[in-house]
Amino acid sequence: MVLVVLLATFTVFYMLPKWAGQDIAVLFAGKATGAEQVEGIRTKLGLDDPLFIQFWDFVKGIPLGRTYANGSDVTRCPAPCFGYSFVTEEPVWNTLKEALPVTAALAAGACVLWLVAGVSTGVVSALKRGSVWDRVAMIGALGGVSLPIFFTGMVAMGIFVHSLGWVHISDNLSTDDSVGVWFETLLLPWIVLALLNAAMYARLTRATMLDVLGEDYIRTARAKGVAERAVITRHALRSAMTPILTVFGLDIGVLLGGAVLTESTFNLPGLGLAAVQAISSKDLPVILGVTLFAALAIAVANLVVDLLYAVIDPRVRLG
Amino acid sequence: MTDLHKTGAAVGEPVSGRPAPTAFLEVRDLKVHFPTDDGLVKSVDGLSFQLEKGKTLGIVGESGSGKSVTSLGIMGLHTAGQYGKKKAQISGEIWLDGTELLTADPDAVRKLRGREMAMIFQDPLSSLHPYYTIGQQIVEAYRVHHDVDKKTAKRRAVEMLDRVGIPQPDKRVNSYPHEFSGGMRQRAMIAMSLVNNPELLIADEPTTALDVTVQAQILDLIRDLQKEFGSAVIVITHDLGVVAELADDILVMYGGRCVERGPAEKVFYEPRHPYTWGLLGSMPRLDREQQDRLIPVKGSPPSLINVPAGCAFNPRCPYADIPKDNVTRTVRPELTEVGGRHWAACHMTQEQRERIWTEEIAPKL
Repeated sequence: MVLVVLLATFTVFYMLPKWAGQDIAVLFAGKATGAEQVEGIRTKLGLDDPLFIQFWDFVKGIPLGRTYANGSDVTRCPAPCFGYSFVTEEPVWNTLKEALPVTAALAAGACVLWLVAGVSTGVVSALKRGSVWDRVAMIGALGGVSLPIFFTGMVAMGIFVHSLGWVHISDNLSTDDSVGVWFETLLLPWIVLALLNAAMYARLTRATMLDVLGEDYIRTARAKGVAERAVITRHALRSAMTPILTVFGLDIGVLLGGAVLTESTFNLPGLGLAAVQAISSKDLPVILGVTLFAALAIAVANLVVDLLYAVIDPRVRLG
Repeated sequence: MTDLHKTGAAVGEPVSGRPAPTAFLEVRDLKVHFPTDDGLVKSVDGLSFQLEKGKTLGIVGESGSGKSVTSLGIMGLHTAGQYGKKKAQISGEIWLDGTELLTADPDAVRKLRGREMAMIFQDPLSSLHPYYTIGQQIVEAYRVHHDVDKKTAKRRAVEMLDRVGIPQPDKRVNSYPHEFSGGMRQRAMIAMSLVNNPELLIADEPTTALDVTVQAQILDLIRDLQKEFGSAVIVITHDLGVVAELADDILVMYGGRCVERGPAEKVFYEPRHPYTWGLLGSMPRLDREQQDRLIPVKGSPPSLINVPAGCAFNPRCPYADIPKDNVTRTVRPELTEVGGRHWAACHMTQEQRERIWTEEIAPKL
């Protein structure tokens, strides 16, 4: 599956510019360069090789590293080689390496928040269906789903950072910063991102719980004399977790590929922001790298969800 | 709670002012109504019966006659799962072994559930939790009411599975419901309901979802276990064959009410209500000529929101015009004794019914 993902990503992001008439060597060289230089670059990057060889070199470069050579001009790209940025001339891997912790930290914090908030809101809403609490929660959830991050993010920043000054955010988060700085900088993005997802999870949990609570085996549990609280947690919520887990896995995968809007709004140097910057500067290798990573994250998340199914639902297990 | 409440219906004191019954289970004027957007659904509308330990009562009727709601009402489960809906209304008295359940503390009733009174459901596949092993589910049922460790409870589960005839119970205890066949699942369900030696067992259509060959085994099992444990059993079914196998007494329900009640042999051989005749006529029998058609009860079950005035069965009853003055369409017939411990609710006179039964109905069966 990972190979298919690689191939598809490569095709889309490497070939499309070509078909669209863009010369990658010219892209790399930038404006105002002589034809000779462009030819040199073409040889060095291997752009005059047949396509499948280019693809093979690219794939091989990821685990083994790659050497670009044009006569005496030799550049060694070390092991996870995704090529070099056209703009900064830094290895793409460096960009990924720096952006990944930011995105991962953003995703991890936000997903814990939204899972706890969303699922518990959904459960309570389901149990008190039609009550004032349920209505307020569901209207809130509708709002949460509908409000775009760049709006809630801006408002949150405006209030808590600029007006009240409660939170100080670092403009350029890096691995050298202390945990405190990370926490403070990521606090608002976590909340804003979690709000959006929690709203969706609350709605999903509510619907699933209402379904499950009507099941015969819930009635059986009650007939056994099991206390209502245990009926809800041990019997109902257990079943309701399956669809929630499915969506959760995919969301994490998508998020690890970069939370574009959140990162842009809060100016967090994560994968999403890297992608946006790369796109605006036509930095193909970086776009390719980020996309590849995002695709990989989704593929892996899918795999993990499939494996977890077997843990949760014995009917899925083999044998 | 105020003193006023305390002097009212306390546990052990009948609401009606009548003394606490001597029967093991006594249901008095039970009503279960569900408010819906379309109106009040009177699922059970004034039902009374008694049941002694060691005896089996068969409750028979069509879908929607109130059989299952009656059993859920006894178990205190009629409101379960009604999140956010208008709550079911229940009234009357349910006496179980000297305790009135409707006025008792809900948590006390919960503690009786599974221990004093247990239930077997229609479809064992959907009634067992798909994510837990059979063993885990039986262990849970046992540990809710017994303060024992998991090991002891599991030994008990294996013992029960063995008792209901599941081969290799020590292995099967770790299987999931989907790994069992339908009959085995129902056996496991029975094992689970009997794990606490309940004194009252309610079996709601216990064989409906099962293969015909397995049905008889399950019925035998229920009968054997009842003899062994001496519990009172209520079998709810639309299948007269099932009650013929098991029941000492039969209660025929129609439109949320009892239309005929009595010892099984009386209800089978001297039925005194046209609806019971209809049920008997629509039961296939091997000893009948093949070209004889079954005699269906014409029409469909009554709406429980607008129950027909008078006798609820009158729109479908071929004899509705026999009683004078249109009384079947205006006055609701009360249960009257037609023989020893045998009651029926019909406006026709005893003689009329006896004549119709012996001359018109019985020969065709």
